[in-house]
Amino acid sequence: MARQAPPRRRPGELSFAGRRRLFVVGAVGLAGLLLWGLAGLPDFSTFTPVYGQVLNRVAVEERSTTDVVTAVNFDYRGFDTLGEEFILFAAVLVLGLLLRALAEERRGKIDDDAPRRHPGKTSDAVRLTTVALVGPTVLLAIYITAHGHLTPGGGFQGGVIAATALLLVYLGGDYAAMRRVRPLTLVTTAKAAGAGGFVLIGLGGLIFAGAFLQNFLPLGQPGHLVAAGTIPLLSLAVGLEVAGGFVLLLSELLDQLLVLRRRRERRSQ
Amino acid sequence: MIAVQVVALLLVALGATATVMARDPVRQAVVASLYGLTLGVLFFAFQAPDVALSNIVIGAVALPAMIMLAIAKTRN
Repeated sequence: MARQAPPRRRPGELSFAGRRRLFVVGAVGLAGLLLWGLAGLPDFSTFTPVYGQVLNRVAVEERSTTDVVTAVNFDYRGFDTLGEEFILFAAVLVLGLLLRALAEERRGKIDDDAPRRHPGKTSDAVRLTTVALVGPTVLLAIYITAHGHLTPGGGFQGGVIAATALLLVYLGGDYAAMRRVRPLTLVTTAKAAGAGGFVLIGLGGLIFAGAFLQNFLPLGQPGHLVAAGTIPLLSLAVGLEVAGGFVLLLSELLDQLLVLRRRRERRSQ
Repeated sequence: MIAVQVVALLLVALGATATVMARDPVRQAVVASLYGLTLGVLFFAFQAPDVALSNIVIGAVALPAMIMLAIAKTRN
């Protein structure tokens, strides 16, 4: 086989040396700007923004939370979190739309789509480890979600951890086992309930306290599990939405990989 | 800056470089997972445990899993 000649340069296209010159000029300029910007940063571990300092002072008393980050996420800037939540919601919806079963696809037996390649048999060690990990992972997810206003964590982190429990089931068992432990209607309901619940709690603030997402429930004592008003409820809503979203995401991708087949055999006849 | 923070920064630099250097996409996904873990350590060392938790689950588990699934689908 003859070697292909290098592609001819079209008129107006830069030569290799020209490109390199352009890159060097650009890189030096970028490095200069970066260094200039870095030199203007505040010194290491000096924290000056007023907003952060005010919140660190008042959040525990004002909202009865001991995790200021969660108080910011689900209360002081709860509206931003609502936007973020719906970004994820829309992204998962669009992914489901893109990966739907097309007219020229059919649902086959659960196996790898690639010819001569089948999902490997899981070893006993992997099975045992994953089985042992599934329970604690779910427990950790619940703990992280429920204690968002007390310790680091919250609905987002807890939700993704819950979804990884499902990944563990797939890893240690197989796709059929994973499908059994994730009834899709329940997952989609949880996801919708999470997204809708966040808005409803926000509307509750509008009705009972005069502003959307205003914390309208009794705040209780800082450090208690039932405290901080709407913050744990919002965290739970996000947890449901995120867990449902990621479970759907993983299911759609695995479905594509292991179940949906193109009807190419029939067409070629 | 305390020693733990210096080590975390070095680990992140190492992990990022390794991710870029890995040429095979499957291998790169695994290296990226380890990189996500080092970033989690970095955030924790710099007193941002909330972000560390998010990054450990997203960067070390969810993202590499999705990359792997996408690669597996496109490779046939």
